[in-house]
Amino acid sequence: MSDVLLPLPILIAFVTAILAFFFRKGTEARWISVAGSACMLVAAGMLLSRVLTDGIQAAQMGTWAAPFGITLVADTLSAVMVVITGITALAVSIYAVGDVTEDMEHVGYHTLFQVLIAGVTGAFLTGDLFNLYVWFEVMLIASFGLLVMGGRRVQMDAGIKYVTLNLISTILFLSGIGLLYGVTGTLNMADLHYKVQDADPGLVTVIATMFLVGFGIKSAVFPLFFWLPAAYHTPAFSVSAVFAGLLTKVGVYAMMRMFTLVFTQDIGWTHGLMLWVAVATMITGVLGAAAQTDFRRILSFHIVSQIGYMVLGLALYTPLAVTGAVFYLVHHIIVKANLFLVAGVTNRIAGSTEIDHIGGLYKGAPLLAFLFLIPAFSLAGFPPLSGFWAKYVLVKASLDLELWLVAAAALAVGLMTIYSMTKIWGRAFWKPHPGAIVPSLSTLPAGDRFAMLAPIAGLATLTVIIGLFPEPFVGIATRAAEDLLDPTAYLTAVLGAPEAVQ
Amino acid sequence: MTSLIVRAATRLLVGLLLMFSIWMLLRGHNEPGGGFIGGLIGATGFILYAVAHGSKAARVALRIDPQTIAMAGLGLALLAGLAGFIPGDGLFAGQWLFIGATETDKGTPLSTILVFDIGVYLVVLGAVLTMVFALEEEV
Repeated sequence: MSDVLLPLPILIAFVTAILAFFFRKGTEARWISVAGSACMLVAAGMLLSRVLTDGIQAAQMGTWAAPFGITLVADTLSAVMVVITGITALAVSIYAVGDVTEDMEHVGYHTLFQVLIAGVTGAFLTGDLFNLYVWFEVMLIASFGLLVMGGRRVQMDAGIKYVTLNLISTILFLSGIGLLYGVTGTLNMADLHYKVQDADPGLVTVIATMFLVGFGIKSAVFPLFFWLPAAYHTPAFSVSAVFAGLLTKVGVYAMMRMFTLVFTQDIGWTHGLMLWVAVATMITGVLGAAAQTDFRRILSFHIVSQIGYMVLGLALYTPLAVTGAVFYLVHHIIVKANLFLVAGVTNRIAGSTEIDHIGGLYKGAPLLAFLFLIPAFSLAGFPPLSGFWAKYVLVKASLDLELWLVAAAALAVGLMTIYSMTKIWGRAFWKPHPGAIVPSLSTLPAGDRFAMLAPIAGLATLTVIIGLFPEPFVGIATRAAEDLLDPTAYLTAVLGAPEAVQ
Repeated sequence: MTSLIVRAATRLLVGLLLMFSIWMLLRGHNEPGGGFIGGLIGATGFILYAVAHGSKAARVALRIDPQTIAMAGLGLALLAGLAGFIPGDGLFAGQWLFIGATETDKGTPLSTILVFDIGVYLVVLGAVLTMVFALEEEV
């Protein structure tokens, strides 16, 4: 059965994309997109429960046995990421009903959105390196289309930067794949785990560094992050929410996969490099945010800063740290997508996202203010919200390793995050509106209001639930970390028992 | 704007390119070729036509909107993948039909893999033409 369950989320997204395309001229496409996302979430949930009860699942596409065919693999991390993709897709597709203009729907917004979701899901599920590259390309094409949709000048400007830098990343990644294939003769990730051990260690380290830089650009780490704040504040709000939630996280996921399963032969160099990159990413991101006055630009710099925490967890490479990284990944997707959705509502009722040009939101829309506070405090790491546990685990992991400076940086960055969030709070919510109007949610049509606020409330509730009952979520994250750090189960699921392989 | 030579040559080349693209598509199963490269060559034919006569004329010559072609191709490829699942072989497993097969001769082999490849051909053709026409029309 896992043969069907594994590709199912990807297939659902593709089928939804096709259906949405043929109905793009009417309003049906938006409901097709919502229904497709809901089905995809159900399929993802089934996959996760299967993985949690029966262990790692693998499926060989076209019945070509690994390592020759394309293998799809779902370990705990993959399954969790697919579920979180489903949640984000559902939230954003509902939000899009109120947010996306009819012009964008007519040129195929929902189709591209679903193709993007298919690409993200595929990247999480694949067990083949070249297939991962293909999913990256699917994502890149779909995200470029979404980014420039609307055709405003700033969007074109952002689109060019985005595509150029992502192409450089892709070229590095593809060259790395080529070299790795030349050295080992295989591209199946599980098979690579074995073959890399016999290869020239120096050469493998060079290839690993190429992957690190390639994935580094994708996930926007220091010093390769500048494309992200240049692009994410320009497209439609539902687009920037799904970008903010999912896209960079695919880069982080790919890094986690490759640097636990394949490139572990020189941890001192690769993970040592990652550690300093992570710390620099946290600090530069949060400092960059301090200088911004646009709602979405502040949030974009915070994505960079938060990516640092996830890479930090991977770099420390202890079970607790990787648990923290996985937990952080999940928490961050929910919170960050939610904040971008809030920014969209702000723009609709107050007329701008430039926080100097708006104000009075607390007075006019107290519900929105409340819904902003939850993810904002969670992002900064306030107990009892999800961000607190994510940061707590990572700081504890650094203290366990006696990396005092790293722990101090992680805490200081949390404090700086509060500074940015209070800046938004103070200027957009508390200060009176400079145009002397009181922005109110009642200016939105009832349908739009529900479609836009329901996903925000849903994601905020999820944040609170994770914060109040972290036990099961940390349990799953711990299991994901165990799967990552001891790949025996992964290798067995794909290639059979280790003794038989060697 | 375009010269007479280009327009005259185009009339000849477009047909050749399209035939070549289909030949490429069909030989792809056992030899270098396949849907992807075939789709690119097929797109080249229409791009050449667009260069010589303008993208509006090329759209008319294509008859169907390139986006629709791409989406139909994606659907076809997915159906071919699902077809492998029906006899219980798992998704994307190839299903074969040997027409006129005897003891010694395999006959004419037809497979869902070919259907998948045709889907890829249409996706590539449609996607490339969508982009090229969009660029041609906006500049």
